[in-house]
Amino acid sequence: MPVAAPARTAVPAAAEHPLVRVIDLDVRFGRNEVLRGISLEIPAGETLAVLGESGCGKTVLLKTLIGLVRPTAGDVLFEGRSLPRLNDRELAHLRTRYGFVFQGAALFDSYTIADNIAFPLREHTRLGAAEIDEIVVSLLDEVGLPRSALVKKPAELSGGMRKRAGLARALALDPQLILYDEPTTGLDPIMSDVINELIMKVRNRGGVTSVVVTHDLKTARKVADRIIMLYPAFRLRADEPQIVFDGTPAELDRSRDPRIRQFVEGRAGSRLTEMQEEQGLVADDAHNADAAPDEEES
Amino acid sequence: MADTTGMATAAAPPPTVGPSGWLADQVAALGAAAMATVAGIGDVALFTLRTLGWILARRQRRDVLLPSFYQIGVMSLPVVALTGLFIGMVLAVQSYGQFRALGLQTRLGSVINLSLVRELGPVLAATMLAGRVGSAMAAELGTMRVTEQIDALESMGANPIYYLVVPRFLGCLVLIPSLTVMADFMGVLGGYLYSHLVLNIDYHHYWENSRAYVDAFDFLMGIFKSFFFGAAIALVSCHHGFHCDPGAEGVGRAATNAFVHSFVLILLLDLFLGIGLNNVHDFFRPEGPRRLL
Repeated sequence: MPVAAPARTAVPAAAEHPLVRVIDLDVRFGRNEVLRGISLEIPAGETLAVLGESGCGKTVLLKTLIGLVRPTAGDVLFEGRSLPRLNDRELAHLRTRYGFVFQGAALFDSYTIADNIAFPLREHTRLGAAEIDEIVVSLLDEVGLPRSALVKKPAELSGGMRKRAGLARALALDPQLILYDEPTTGLDPIMSDVINELIMKVRNRGGVTSVVVTHDLKTARKVADRIIMLYPAFRLRADEPQIVFDGTPAELDRSRDPRIRQFVEGRAGSRLTEMQEEQGLVADDAHNADAAPDEEES
Repeated sequence: MADTTGMATAAAPPPTVGPSGWLADQVAALGAAAMATVAGIGDVALFTLRTLGWILARRQRRDVLLPSFYQIGVMSLPVVALTGLFIGMVLAVQSYGQFRALGLQTRLGSVINLSLVRELGPVLAATMLAGRVGSAMAAELGTMRVTEQIDALESMGANPIYYLVVPRFLGCLVLIPSLTVMADFMGVLGGYLYSHLVLNIDYHHYWENSRAYVDAFDFLMGIFKSFFFGAAIALVSCHHGFHCDPGAEGVGRAATNAFVHSFVLILLLDLFLGIGLNNVHDFFRPEGPRRLL
């Protein structure tokens, strides 16, 4: 196994009072270990990109930050408050300070776009219908959607429009922390860049902290102040940290760690062979299940 | 999608060799199945408690309730009415031969109507509701789970049980008695029409005998049972939707299981409620059951 490139260990000055702290986080589903020993601090105002290959636990980490996934061990703190220790009511209240942009937008099928965007406002504020309509229209303008989209159902919109509507809904309550799950996946390059620019525009709204989970390097380089890279837990030795990189986009490009180089350069390496061997294991039951999943790259 | 319930899944035991090993595997598989069943029942019980808690905790929104009620009640009426009509006629067809052999054709009304209001009306309405609404609820909530809409609700600080389960639960609970009344009425009508128009049974004796053997208790017993059936359909179906496996296959399985499990539960509840309510009947009428023949 190659030696990890020196990760950035210096704590930024703003991290003295981080908005989010993740302490020694483990998440397991049954026997499947997804996250192992993750420790992370996200200072207020920072845009953090979480990179990693599919199945490495990026989305699970993101959902743990908002309490949608409970940690098996460890803790997640938002402004010093431990999410796993909050009751349902406290957690629901705290979530009004979050915005979550889902991979597939996750707009409510049975509602119009206007009702979707208005949902958090109706749920958590006492604003009148006229004020809510006004906010909805201004959010629609902010993400560049036409007014005609207001009365449409999500199924009538294109993928890019749905993503932007999802972003508008996430912005409705002026959140402090916005979590983006694969914001550009499935979009054409132009629309991907539109989303990137929206992420940057939202960041400049004033003190908004963003966590962008992505495997799109262009997005990470463009929007992030800081990048971390996760490696699948099952590919790691017991003593290896799961965060294999923590640094700026420029440092990512300079990294010599073969695991990072493989991801950045988009090389399959021995993955296909491993996958075929795995299938062979299932079909023939001939090989030893302990076969080391480590890849030999240099 | 990742399992967000955090429940540990049962691990497959390592394969063992020889006849004793085979036996051990079977015992282990049986134990795992028993554990999964107990955990499943516990999970549904917690789901039920949370649903009841949200009914009391927060007033329901009219704009959320009304569409649910419309789907569950109004849209189910035609199919319940149609099946009720036919089941009434089928009862007449099947019972007539036996009654004619005894020369008791005029008593046909009593057995048709008693069967309908006590058993067939409520069970038929519940079965149709489970098939039409229960499966649809499981598929709809399952799709919402798979497309992360349930996560989206939670991420916005809204409770999915309050928004998605409570309206469907209340819809089933409040409207299934009306559907049962419709099934009863159409069944009674179908039985009468077939007996009178096809089997030429005198309408006066048909209704007189019905009146003599079917009383308010029989009718109310059916309505009382229907509340339990409605609650069971909503809870089982919503639970299957909430815990749907990923993909189209998962949604399909949730819809199928919602109907199958609801139906089994309806029959189980019918049996035990029937025994309990008969005891209640005997308590208030110690002279015993009236003889039909």
